[in-house]
Amino acid sequence: MATTRLVLRRLGQSVLSAPLKKTRPIGILQHRCCSNFYPINDDVFGLTDEQKQLRELAFQFAQKELAPHADKIDKEDYFPEMKDFWKKLGELGFLGITAPGEYGGAEGSYMDHVLVMEELSRAHGGIALSYGAHSNLCVNQIVRNGNEKQKAKYLPKLISGEHIGALAMSETTSGSDVVSMRLTAEHKGDHYLLNGTKFWITNGPEADVLVVYAKTEPKKAQHGITTFLIEKTMEGFSVGKKLDKLGMRGSPTGELIFDNVKVPVENVVGETNKGVYVLMSGLDIERLFLAAGPIGIMQAACDMAFQYAHEREQFNQKIGTFQLLQGKMADMYTILNASRCYVYNVARSLDRGNVIPKDCAAVILYTAEAATKVALDAIQILGGNGYINDYPTGRFLRDAKLYEIGAGTSEVRRLVIGRSLNAEYGVKSR
Amino acid sequence: MTKGHQGHLNGVKMALRILVGCKRVIDYAVKVRVKPDKMGVVTEGVKHSMNPFDEIAVEEAVRMKEKKLASEIIAVSCGPQQCQETLRTALAMGLDRGIHVEISGKDYETLQPFHVSKILAKIAEEEKVDIIFLGKQAIDDDCNQTGQMTAALLDWPQATFASKIEKNNGDLMVTREIDGGLETINVKLPCVITSDLRLNEPRYATLPNIMKAKKKPIAKKSPADLGVDVSPRQEVLSVEDPPVREAGSIVQDVDELVSKLKAAGVV
Repeated sequence: MATTRLVLRRLGQSVLSAPLKKTRPIGILQHRCCSNFYPINDDVFGLTDEQKQLRELAFQFAQKELAPHADKIDKEDYFPEMKDFWKKLGELGFLGITAPGEYGGAEGSYMDHVLVMEELSRAHGGIALSYGAHSNLCVNQIVRNGNEKQKAKYLPKLISGEHIGALAMSETTSGSDVVSMRLTAEHKGDHYLLNGTKFWITNGPEADVLVVYAKTEPKKAQHGITTFLIEKTMEGFSVGKKLDKLGMRGSPTGELIFDNVKVPVENVVGETNKGVYVLMSGLDIERLFLAAGPIGIMQAACDMAFQYAHEREQFNQKIGTFQLLQGKMADMYTILNASRCYVYNVARSLDRGNVIPKDCAAVILYTAEAATKVALDAIQILGGNGYINDYPTGRFLRDAKLYEIGAGTSEVRRLVIGRSLNAEYGVKSR
Repeated sequence: MTKGHQGHLNGVKMALRILVGCKRVIDYAVKVRVKPDKMGVVTEGVKHSMNPFDEIAVEEAVRMKEKKLASEIIAVSCGPQQCQETLRTALAMGLDRGIHVEISGKDYETLQPFHVSKILAKIAEEEKVDIIFLGKQAIDDDCNQTGQMTAALLDWPQATFASKIEKNNGDLMVTREIDGGLETINVKLPCVITSDLRLNEPRYATLPNIMKAKKKPIAKKSPADLGVDVSPRQEVLSVEDPPVREAGSIVQDVDELVSKLKAAGVV
């Protein structure tokens, strides 16, 4: 008895105390309370003892503090407790994993960061995406490119979770052709004046601090870009309305409007007109790091579908014992683990200082498309239940699809890899 | 009677040494399966974690250290090599160092509270601790014996099923969960305390503390080092799954209910 209560407290309590809709199937409750999380054999993936502990911590935290809210966040496209959740992430040291200790960072590795991203994505893809935008795109870009003064000013509050961070690159007319951006920054002595807009900015509507790329030499393409640190309180800065998305709901995405925003020169990150190097190197790391998102979504799809296949009966047998479903599950399992191995290995390589753009593009190209496929397979295994929103498999699919678009589309990733292969043969591509 | 290290302090300053038991058990969320030979349950490839009641004991010890009531907290775990993972979790939560009493193979399969309490008592003497903190029971065997046996072996007072612990001059005031309510007792140090569910809610370890825990020492000992004989005193005859609940039937009225109960021989 006591044990049962304890178990409920550790994992399911918030599930039980959350207002339950009458339509919510018992299946989900059982799924979350009695666990049936498909186990991950971390010895196969070569995790250190500390990394195993970190995964366990991230898993427990994500399943207790985030997963119980997942359906509601998705339906309402809003996570009211986001600010509190951010502070909890901060307390655990998750917001500054790759940041130095002097600013409150955990001095961990990209591999550590990948594990946390994966486990958060397993609980909720959208909030995990916001976590990624904050902790990698914003925090890690400041860590890598900011000067001492900028780090001391911005990192502590971003790492504690007091502030929410974002990074702004895309514009309505500059998606894959990112260097065609039109946000201008005009030098005016001790400050710059920024004018223009940014679009599809993850965390944009909520962010306190944003890393923003703008043109300081509008006539030059890539060699006219400079990186700026923007605070939401700067005069002339505003946020357009939140965008209504297919998936990744609850992760606030929006437009940023710059109307003569006065940014002091000390907020220039790195050198003027050298922003493209900040941008491109950041994109490589971002692609590798975000590839953990699809891994988490695939794991969640397997957690759900494998259990279902071993409970649901048709023709007086568990549907998981039909060969067609055995084959489907075997493929899901194999794709998930092959993806995981590639992501972890590129992360470890990055930790040893090797940034290989081709592989950074390849990991997310592969895992993103794999996640869409695995989520579709999970829906198929659940059949009619997979198609209704009482089950989470539809959310997995909608969330997974973003990863084929954000941080470079699959097409751009293939282009990066293809060009790299051409270059290795000494052939210049167009 | 074995005296603890410095249990009798004058209530103003307490710098207690605490030993916390951290048992590695099958994770609470795992669906346990009985082995085909019915001699135990499947543990191979099954997720394990720290006994949740021990986690509560760890948390309480860490809180006592944060309140400067405790000077050093030592985690101890008895079992195979993987127990070191359990100890690392305890160290990441804030314990100072670990002792791994390695017991594997057949000896581990037949390890009982009787053996563990002897090991704990011996370590308590060697480490001169003032409090032994344990979970009230482990979620795998549900024995609820180790704390009581350890107290008996040491001839120390015991406060089992603790839901609240306060200092009371040089002693401890412990609120216990008993049938039908709460009981408050005063225990002199050294003592054995076992934690109940409501004592506290354990913290998450943090990433920086996981990293720091890596540097904390874990000493390895064998039962022989401690002079404890771990040969089995019990024999497992059979392990069975709980019976599957059978479907019931709906009765029309009280008369039918009574007649069915009579037919079943229960009234």
